[in-house]
Amino acid sequence: MSVPWIVGMMLLGFAGTAAVGLTLKWVDRKVTAMVQWRKGPPIYQPLADLAKLMGKETIIPEYARRTGFLTAPILALSATILSAAILWSINLDPAQGVVGDLIVVFYLLTIPSLAIVVGGASSGNPLAAVGASREMKLILSYELPLALVLIAAAIASGGTFSLGAIATTATPTVWTKIAMALGFIVGLLCIQAKLGLVPFDQAEAETELMGGVYCEYSGPPLAMFYLTRAMLHAVLPCLLVTVFWGALTQGVLHAIVWVVLFLVAVVVITLVRNTNPRVRIDHAMKFFWYGLTPVALVAVVLALIGSAQ
Amino acid sequence: MNWKLWGLTKSPWVYHVNTGACNNCDIEILDCLTPRFDIERFGMLLVPSPRQADALLVTGGVTMQAKPRLQEVYRQAAKPCIVLCIGACACSMGVFAECYHMVGPVDKVVREIDPNAIIAYVPGCPPKPEAIISGAIAGLQAAAAALS
Repeated sequence: MSVPWIVGMMLLGFAGTAAVGLTLKWVDRKVTAMVQWRKGPPIYQPLADLAKLMGKETIIPEYARRTGFLTAPILALSATILSAAILWSINLDPAQGVVGDLIVVFYLLTIPSLAIVVGGASSGNPLAAVGASREMKLILSYELPLALVLIAAAIASGGTFSLGAIATTATPTVWTKIAMALGFIVGLLCIQAKLGLVPFDQAEAETELMGGVYCEYSGPPLAMFYLTRAMLHAVLPCLLVTVFWGALTQGVLHAIVWVVLFLVAVVVITLVRNTNPRVRIDHAMKFFWYGLTPVALVAVVLALIGSAQ
Repeated sequence: MNWKLWGLTKSPWVYHVNTGACNNCDIEILDCLTPRFDIERFGMLLVPSPRQADALLVTGGVTMQAKPRLQEVYRQAAKPCIVLCIGACACSMGVFAECYHMVGPVDKVVREIDPNAIIAYVPGCPPKPEAIISGAIAGLQAAAAALS
């Protein structure tokens, strides 16, 4: 990895992901509108939201912890840009990875959720504090199955934690292929919670918690959280497709399937969000621990069987 | 028009405040959110917290109990934030004008704490959803003109 490559990937990680993420945010809202039989917002809508928020006043509540309140959005945004840069780099040239970058991306993608917890807890609002505690519980519940399916992918491609190797190694047997498909489905449900979308939006429940963790945020800090969430909307499906299908640049047919899988993932997330009610936080934890974790374990076992053959 | 005002007119997030309405205007506001009227076409979203609001949809002439609360919600909103008086009561206290518990129409109560507040009026008992949408758009354009 040369210095110009890293700088280029960082720029692409910010500008490219922001462009793709804001467009996907519009796709999300447009599909929602279509499901509800209405017209929906114009394509520049997320950009207008962002411009508006950047031009508004920043209010710091009297009882807020100023440092934590203001650094949390920056932390979330920078971690998202970093993970996006790594994923762009792997997808454009799989040879450019470092050892263990899967683990790096996994932990970088935990930081936005933790930053939301920090921001909510430091805003000095009881509703935001409840939201922060719920977000923490959600992190505890979805990280386990997500980590397990990523481990299954690592086992299936020869026990390496290098994202470049995982993204280029063809899964050897039918068992590992089933494990990959299971992993993709479990991963989709986990990123639903990671994105904080219905049915797993307990941390920001509009009707009960007044926006929960975002309750006290206004103006540019809220714009940063908005941009972070838009970028995560692109980064998380991209991670799943990269891990369970492969890197983008491996032939034209492979790239077409990559794009189709990516769009399917985005639309499925939106459809799930539109056809489900918000579940209670304990139900969400039970769903992830007792529902998805066994499925993820099955994926790990299948990957072990498949790679031992 | 600069980009801030462009954003403000294209993405007004609204927060619903009831200061003693009979619930009729509130039902009409909820109608605006239904697929038939679809105010998301204009980028309007109902936000859960006044901190994120660009327009306060106020219904009802202000009662004694509601007055400090309306003023507090207006203080909490991040500026620039316009106030939309929805319905005859919010505009002029309507049929409740002579009642002992009314402390004034919305504009008077809001101007007590911010003399330069941008206030738009949508009269009617209740106003139609079309009138509310038209009033919101006109109010925002007037606000953009006033702020530029």
